[in-house]
Amino acid sequence: MTVNPQPGGRASSAPIMGHETEPTLFEMSVPSRSAYQLRTTGVLATALGDLVPVAHLNHEVVAVAEVSERDLVAHFTRLSHRQFSVDLGMYPLGSCTMKYNPKFCDAVAGDPGLNAVHPGAPASLSQGWLEIMVTLEEKLCVITGMSAATLQPAAGAAGELTGLLLMRAYHQANGEVRRRVLIPDSAHGTNPASVTLGGYEVTTVPSNGRGLVDLDALKAALGSDVAGIMLTNPNTVGLFEEEISEIAAAVHDVGGLLYYDGANLNAILGAVRPGDMGFDIVHMNLHKTFATPHGGGGPGAGPVAVASRLVEFLPGPRATRASDGSFEWVTPARSIGRVHGWNGNSLVLARALAYIDVHGGDGLTRVAQHAVLNANWLRRRLHEILPAAYDRVCMHECTLSASGLKAKYGVRALDVAKALLDEGFHSPTVYFPLIVDEALMFEPTETESVQTLEALAQALERIAQRAHDDPEPLHHAPQSTPVSRVDEARAARRLIATADAER
Amino acid sequence: MADYLPHTTNDVEAMLQFLGMDSLDDLFAHIPAAVRLTSGLNLSEGLSEPDVAAIFAGYTAANKAKATAMTCFAGGGAYDHEVPAVVKALANRSEFVTAYTPYQPEVAQGVLQAIFEYQTLVSRLSGLPIPNASLYDGATALVEALNMAHGATGRSKMVISSGIHPHWRQVARTFARGTGHEIVEVPLRDGVTGWSSVDVSHAAAVVAGYPNYLGVLEDLTSAKSLAVEHDALFIVGADPVAAGVLKTAGQWGADVFVGEGQAFGTALSFGGPYLGLFACTEAQVRRLPGRIVGETVDSSGRRAFVTTLRAREQDIRREKATSNVCTNQTLMAVTAAIQLGWLGTYGLREIATRCAQGAHYLFEQLMRLEGVEAVSTQPFFREFALRLSKPASEVIALMAEREVLAGLAVDALSGGPDPSVEDGIDRVLLVTVTERRTKDEIDHYVTSLQEALQR
Repeated sequence: MTVNPQPGGRASSAPIMGHETEPTLFEMSVPSRSAYQLRTTGVLATALGDLVPVAHLNHEVVAVAEVSERDLVAHFTRLSHRQFSVDLGMYPLGSCTMKYNPKFCDAVAGDPGLNAVHPGAPASLSQGWLEIMVTLEEKLCVITGMSAATLQPAAGAAGELTGLLLMRAYHQANGEVRRRVLIPDSAHGTNPASVTLGGYEVTTVPSNGRGLVDLDALKAALGSDVAGIMLTNPNTVGLFEEEISEIAAAVHDVGGLLYYDGANLNAILGAVRPGDMGFDIVHMNLHKTFATPHGGGGPGAGPVAVASRLVEFLPGPRATRASDGSFEWVTPARSIGRVHGWNGNSLVLARALAYIDVHGGDGLTRVAQHAVLNANWLRRRLHEILPAAYDRVCMHECTLSASGLKAKYGVRALDVAKALLDEGFHSPTVYFPLIVDEALMFEPTETESVQTLEALAQALERIAQRAHDDPEPLHHAPQSTPVSRVDEARAARRLIATADAER
Repeated sequence: MADYLPHTTNDVEAMLQFLGMDSLDDLFAHIPAAVRLTSGLNLSEGLSEPDVAAIFAGYTAANKAKATAMTCFAGGGAYDHEVPAVVKALANRSEFVTAYTPYQPEVAQGVLQAIFEYQTLVSRLSGLPIPNASLYDGATALVEALNMAHGATGRSKMVISSGIHPHWRQVARTFARGTGHEIVEVPLRDGVTGWSSVDVSHAAAVVAGYPNYLGVLEDLTSAKSLAVEHDALFIVGADPVAAGVLKTAGQWGADVFVGEGQAFGTALSFGGPYLGLFACTEAQVRRLPGRIVGETVDSSGRRAFVTTLRAREQDIRREKATSNVCTNQTLMAVTAAIQLGWLGTYGLREIATRCAQGAHYLFEQLMRLEGVEAVSTQPFFREFALRLSKPASEVIALMAEREVLAGLAVDALSGGPDPSVEDGIDRVLLVTVTERRTKDEIDHYVTSLQEALQR
């Protein structure tokens, strides 16, 4: 197959005016300069000292910054030019699902009819919001094959912890004290961290030579003290756990529950559902699967859907359809309680519903198909220079290994990742999952064209050629970016977390 | 049929051919048939954007309480502040909106520097030197602070003033199911925490609100003394807008500051995404939850920023991490830095002052009405609680007919009786005034409340 590598998703033409340091807001500050303008209210301007006891007043002025609106705009615009983004180019970060975020969904969330509603407004005055929540919950349950969901968790990790508390409440209601939760050695770090906060101990289950859960080892680890297992499927290597039914049966046999980490749900939309695989609790990362933007590290949203036997424990209050067709808040009978200050990351939820509505069932199915197609095409295209850790059909992402480049030329996965920045692509995820040596995990996503994939492949070929010809400069890549490799050790040795810190 | 997929039919065919496959289904052939979904997803057909917009127009029409249609006097941690065009324009820049967590610092200096500036502002507003890069919201920030207190002391008893927002306390109780923390809630008397009514011995944390959720300005001296006496961490949940003029958490002696940062540039948004503010003392830095950005240099000696002290975090420390937080609320943190930059030193003081002026003006008017009394005789800042002659929820419904969102019914927040209110909690209304409320709007509030109580 010959593909013209037109740079659809390649960002190497992005204009950069120079490589100087941008001053901080505080360095730009000039006394008495200001940008703010406030409404004329007609309220009498009583002195604060007449309203509040003097003992409460801060006699020092808390300095913010004093800049003009023009300087404010220039500063944050220049900062934005020092930032890679999905809108700028391909962002093949494995496990992170950096697909294109439709602008329409942002427009939906930007409507004051949604974003100017106070979260404490009574249900009768916020019926539209409750309907959005009920509708989204119903659709997420169709997609995952579950019975009901909470929309409160603000991110995937918050969903995990919520799921573990649901697990705990379920076992407690059955009069059982269970101590351990099983986790594969390929799991995301949030899984074990959440297990600890959920009051459980982690038992790690090894992977087998095919990159999947070792079923015999899993069975050996099971016992009546096991509360459940947390699994990502497809797993973090990008492979489908083909023995999922056997795993589910074994865990259920000892009275444990199956938790589905939905980080990779985007791979299986319309193809297979967690509920049909035997999962009891499912979290979804709406910012991954349903393309709500990541915001430089958040906000996300991590709804948790459950099987019928767990519905009564869900966090509350939940938006619910009343018998008269209106919507109301209801807290389940044995709810674990609230897991968010208000109703969850509502505007993220609205974006996800808009995304689902645009795609429909067929569109979501195509999303998964094309994501898997792209990952497999890239895996196959690259297998001579960066072979897959497990060379067979993968799902939405492929885990490749730079161990060959390292052995032959001393070029590590990190060097490849950094050199790719000079080629106009964001790096893949590196050194994860931990079970793969010199891992480079690529998740091209369904929104990149085959021309972009070809351009990425050719960029990686050039890097491999450079490794062969003259590897030394690769250790100093990137060079075309706003800054070169940063001294992480220095940052950690002497923490400078604010402009006021001692230097 | 609408979507955002670039592949043509020819592309798909050629790509499948490259893989030696006949159809897209072949890509899923290794999934056992027993679990395959064969019927397709039972969802409606895909719609065009304009068609979906029409559906959403129905939702927005049904949101009668939107601040564009109803004057907002509701607060409780979610405030109707001015967000100017310039802040919206900058915060909506797609370079910020569509970026990922800054794992590759060479191409993420924009977000990293904006977070560094945000951290500086959180540090100044809290009076504490070590901020983090943000948490989900105020409530979950409190939970992280409690976990920090457990890590610092090895103890599990958390003594929390019921002047902390009821939702925050509810969230703390939920997560205590997993951590095993004992949550002791201290009742309020006349709107002020009655610290002497509980046993603080063996506590990991003493937690106070400033102002507390009923708006009352409490003297935190005794709370701090208790924490010191019992070697517990002193955690202050403070209103960051008030911090523009009031004593900072650090000045009250806090070890940890937590707060809700929605007021800095984020719309009411029906509760999220909001912004969890967090800062602590140097002594707690190794127990800090979530990310922190630090300043360093690149290989040519240029200033650069990078996420640091990573060894605390879940992706490295796994089950021994200080927190499970991965995704946080970066975009809201960046927004807060922009909004604070717009406000500047004196704009922040000005909005804090105007909130207090408006709230006190409204309060004085209301005190003249029959059927209205103050829940507390103590000084307040920008929010206050009233005990009415009618259930608060009923009054809210009546005043909505006059296009006023009257406030929050405290029993709806607490879900029933609560140690923060001694009696008649169903009649307690929490009212706030921001710098956006005009004298005319405040006067209209007074007439509407009077009318509602007489109806």
